[in-house]
Amino acid sequence: MANNKKLITTPFSKENPIIVQVLGICSCLAVTVKLQPAVVMALSVTVVVMMSNLFISLLRNTIPPRIRIIVQLVVVALFVILVDQFLKAFAYDVSKQLSVYVGLIITNCIVMGRLEAFAMSNKPLPSLLDGLGNGLGYGIILVIVGFVRELFGFGTLWGYRVLPESFYNAGYENNGLMVMPAMALILVGIIIWVHRNKNKELVENE
Amino acid sequence: MKSFSNRYIYIYSTVLVVVVAAILAIVSMVLRKPQDNNIKAEQMQMILQAANKTVERVEAEKVYNNYVTTELGVKANGEVVAKYTNGKQELGDIRPFSLNIKDEYKKYKANNNDAVLPVFVYTKEDGESIYVVPVRGIGLWDEIWGYVALKSDANTVENVVFDHAGETPGLGGNIKDDPSFPASFVGKTIFEGDDFVSIAVEKRVGKDNPHKVDALTGATLTSNGVSDMLKESLKFYVPYFKSLKK
Repeated sequence: MANNKKLITTPFSKENPIIVQVLGICSCLAVTVKLQPAVVMALSVTVVVMMSNLFISLLRNTIPPRIRIIVQLVVVALFVILVDQFLKAFAYDVSKQLSVYVGLIITNCIVMGRLEAFAMSNKPLPSLLDGLGNGLGYGIILVIVGFVRELFGFGTLWGYRVLPESFYNAGYENNGLMVMPAMALILVGIIIWVHRNKNKELVENE
Repeated sequence: MKSFSNRYIYIYSTVLVVVVAAILAIVSMVLRKPQDNNIKAEQMQMILQAANKTVERVEAEKVYNNYVTTELGVKANGEVVAKYTNGKQELGDIRPFSLNIKDEYKKYKANNNDAVLPVFVYTKEDGESIYVVPVRGIGLWDEIWGYVALKSDANTVENVVFDHAGETPGLGGNIKDDPSFPASFVGKTIFEGDDFVSIAVEKRVGKDNPHKVDALTGATLTSNGVSDMLKESLKFYVPYFKSLKK
């Protein structure tokens, strides 16, 4: 049981997919201009990793090793398309904002990475939890980056104005750089810097 | 590691793919209706937006039915071949709203005289009719489209609304995201006397030219795309607009 708990907690910090394993950077740059798409993307990836981990884990003893990558791809693709279809039906605006990036979850290294590294050799329940942990670990970084970028890039959060008009009258301006993908990379860099500063064991020795 | 025969691998992959395909087919059928409704509501929302009526998407259909009293299908020669008024089809077989604008524009570009495009007649509170027509063209990266609303003189722009498939956010994407761009079209005219001149998007034109608006900074090619889109698309409607002016 203690182990299961660890599966969820370690991806938040010491095994974080983005800031430690540096996976899934592409979507992290693309969908974090605003908070809402970042949250929806985080949830979508979490659902996809969890469900594919669970399914691959259930099938793991029947999958012929020679075609295991193809089988994993088919399962991942299934869940990605399901998520895409549900978003189009019930969260149309967000699905338009995320556009191609939902489809590109298929190529998100986190998903394939967890299937290969964990689900292929573990039981269903731990696999499900591992997927949950990694999805949320990915999501937390997306949300942090999205929060900062939307706040300073647009002065809004979740589409609502939070910086009062008086700021702008006093000469404050939105930071256009925050809207550019490059800023997401810089923010992720800063998060990695702070994180490694607190976790010295992650720093590689020369 | 267990070894698997080729036969097993073939059967395994076949079964897997068939099962996955079946699941996807079922989900697609079940979700088709809400997805189509979203697209339809978005289109209605854009038409209303073009006529200066801003609504939430959930309310779009209700408001649309209240204000857009007549939909017409017109041909390039100005002939009205379809009419749908107050929920009833009065002329022709197809409801103009359900015309596939993309396909009809393809026909029009291929000089096919069968092309039929819709005109949405929006009735204002004071009784004035606003004519909303779809426009469609190519931006820098992908398709751009929108609606242009003309006042009852079929000449002066009431408002416009644009959308795009993949213009650069912050540059070409501003045709949709920067409200001042569509706003700069308001009050412009598409006719000079009896001649159709459209509205051109050019650099440094200032505010006073009745047939030109300022291009977007850093998005010359998208701006040119908008210019061409308006010229090509509105040209189709010229005979119809002229018949209104008489």
